[in-house]
Amino acid sequence: MIRQEHCKVISQIKLAENIYELTLQGELVHEMKEPGQFVHLKISEGYDPMLRRPISIAEILPDESQFKMIYRAEGRGTALLSEKKPGDYTDVLGPLGNGFPISEAGREETALLVGGGIGVPPLYELSNQLVNRGVKVIHILGFQSASAVFYEDKFAMLGETYLATADGSAGTKGFVTDVINGLKINFDVLYSCGPTPMLKALENQFPHKKVFLSLEERMGCGIGACFACVCHTGDDPDGYSYKKVCSDGPVFKAGEVVL
Amino acid sequence: MNSLNVSLPGLELKNPIMPASGCFGFGREFSQLYDLSQLGAIMIKATTFEPRFGNPTPRVAETSAGMLNAIGLQNPGLEKVVNEELVWLEQFDVPIIANVAGSQEEDYVVVAKKISASPNVHALELNISCPNVKTGGIAFGTIPEIAKNLTKKVKEVSEVPVYVKLSPNVTNIVEMAKAVEDGGADGLTMINTLVGMRIDLKTGNPILANRTGGLSGPAIKPVALRMIYEVSQQVSLPIIGMGGIESAEDVIEYLYAGASAVAVGTANFVDPYVCPKIIGELPELIGKLGYEHISECTGRSWKKHEKAAHYCS
Ligand SMILES: Cc1cc2nc3c(=O)[nH]c(=O)nc-3n(C[C@H](O)[C@H](O)[C@H](O)COP(=O)(O)OP(=O)(O)OC[C@H]3O[C@@H](n4cnc5c(N)ncnc54)[C@H](O)[C@@H]3O)c2cc1C
Ligand SMILES: Cc1cc2nc3c(=O)[nH]c(=O)nc-3n(C[C@H](O)[C@H](O)[C@H](O)COP(=O)(O)O)c2cc1C
Ligand code: FES
Repeated sequence: MIRQEHCKVISQIKLAENIYELTLQGELVHEMKEPGQFVHLKISEGYDPMLRRPISIAEILPDESQFKMIYRAEGRGTALLSEKKPGDYTDVLGPLGNGFPISEAGREETALLVGGGIGVPPLYELSNQLVNRGVKVIHILGFQSASAVFYEDKFAMLGETYLATADGSAGTKGFVTDVINGLKINFDVLYSCGPTPMLKALENQFPHKKVFLSLEERMGCGIGACFACVCHTGDDPDGYSYKKVCSDGPVFKAGEVVL
Repeated sequence: MNSLNVSLPGLELKNPIMPASGCFGFGREFSQLYDLSQLGAIMIKATTFEPRFGNPTPRVAETSAGMLNAIGLQNPGLEKVVNEELVWLEQFDVPIIANVAGSQEEDYVVVAKKISASPNVHALELNISCPNVKTGGIAFGTIPEIAKNLTKKVKEVSEVPVYVKLSPNVTNIVEMAKAVEDGGADGLTMINTLVGMRIDLKTGNPILANRTGGLSGPAIKPVALRMIYEVSQQVSLPIIGMGGIESAEDVIEYLYAGASAVAVGTANFVDPYVCPKIIGELPELIGKLGYEHISECTGRSWKKHEKAAHYCS
């Protein structure tokens, strides 16, 4: 169920250049089930900024009623978010959307998790849940440069982890697809979150595999009421059938929607 | 005693608060959050004859105290709205105001005729003011003669009272209001969004794929108040006011300007509980201001003015 709650800031940690990990505490954590769901944050009171900001859930800690998010301080909203201190409160609406279907990967099967930049965070909770189910996980994480890399060690504790950076300052120089091609990885299910060109490349490269992609779109309401975040469906690419990224997604099966 | 009920053509409202068209879908999402029967009414998303996909994304952009949208009237089309959405809404004890849109006169007429026959549709809101579609919409809303004729045509077929939604993108709003009054409108809703633009610093391109979009939110409140203030003194139609409303205080300000009820749009995205919150706060606020019933507030800004002028002379 969707809830709105003022959640308490437990910690705010700078992980990399402009990248922060924010831990919040609140009862709505107990509504969080699927990895890949997101929350809609009202970062400050008043109009600076006015709209909520969608941020993925990176880790769910039900025992402590806490959850973590990892975000890049980029524009006004996320910059203000990075100024929050332990003890402050943030207005959270969530959990929202449909996440990654973990049941698609069976015991002993291999899941390939591919993340790009600020698309990496939701893969952490996903990986945790898959490992708990006995799924073997392989991570391929793409970043701009070594200074933007985060959570490499935490992912490495769950499964094989490979990096790609655009400038080659960490891991393989190039894109996540270069790593996949180089390693010739075998997998049963692919889960990915990141920039649209990356998702497109993965969709095209693995047309016969089970592939699940998490999309990003500018949002208004975040709950499915305003039609801000729609995309065409794969079976009717020029017609009027549609899916909403916020409430039908953000995770879709490859081919279900037009990227 | 209910201090909030309001009677308007076709509408017996428990309270003067309703979500604005396009900001509430067909109610399904918000029904997960609260009981929709609390609302005075619901203005549903614009309905066109054919289903519409709308504009490419990005469709929204933020700006100071407001947002731009260029949804492009996306909706599932008349058949689906009547047979699915309106039927689903029947479970709630709340009158529906159906927002009707189109590209040409026949579209409006066909939609108005059919949708007004739905049992829970108590009024139509004729959307002649959408800034985000290439044809129709705004042309009907900026040329008084065209607006008047369209109103007349829709009135002929509608089974319920017709409110016309005015666009602020005109030089003379009073002229538009008078034209649709002449056309037989039963009421006015105002205002729709103001045409605007944001540009991305990195790419140099407009943020919205449609380039321009409609500005809504607190940024437009003074424009809406001024227009309602002017129009309410010049026409005798009741007005449902909107533009940046997010508190009980805002509601009173709109009523003072000359509105009889109000709609809440963008604020639903910021606080999804904003409508029930305002409804809960209104009785205390009107009491504090010294009124027994909310209807006493309507037109207060200029009525007082008249009185003051009278005393001076
Ligand atoms: C489902 C979903 C999950 C996300 N998860 C994360 C995450 O875990 N970590 C993270 O760092 N970022 C995430 N993002 C992106 C994040 O929402 C944007 O970076 C953020 O909204 C930017 O806000 P701002 O005020 O800093 O930027 P501004 O550019 O000032 O924002 C202006 C407006 O544009 C919107 N906007 C700008 N960039 C984006 C974007 N990339 N996607 C959607 N809306 C945008 C904002 O929400 C706001 O309405 C996610 C986006 C979506 C849709
Ligand atoms: C995302 C969005 C979609 C809208 N869609 C419609 C619509 O379909 N029909 C219509 O008449 N007005 C539409 N509007 C305009 C609103 O109903 C309202 O007139 C306007 O937003 C001003 O009110 P606000 O500032 O409270 O949002 C839309 C506004 C927004 C923000
Ligand atoms: S953001 Fe409003 S429908 Fe998705």
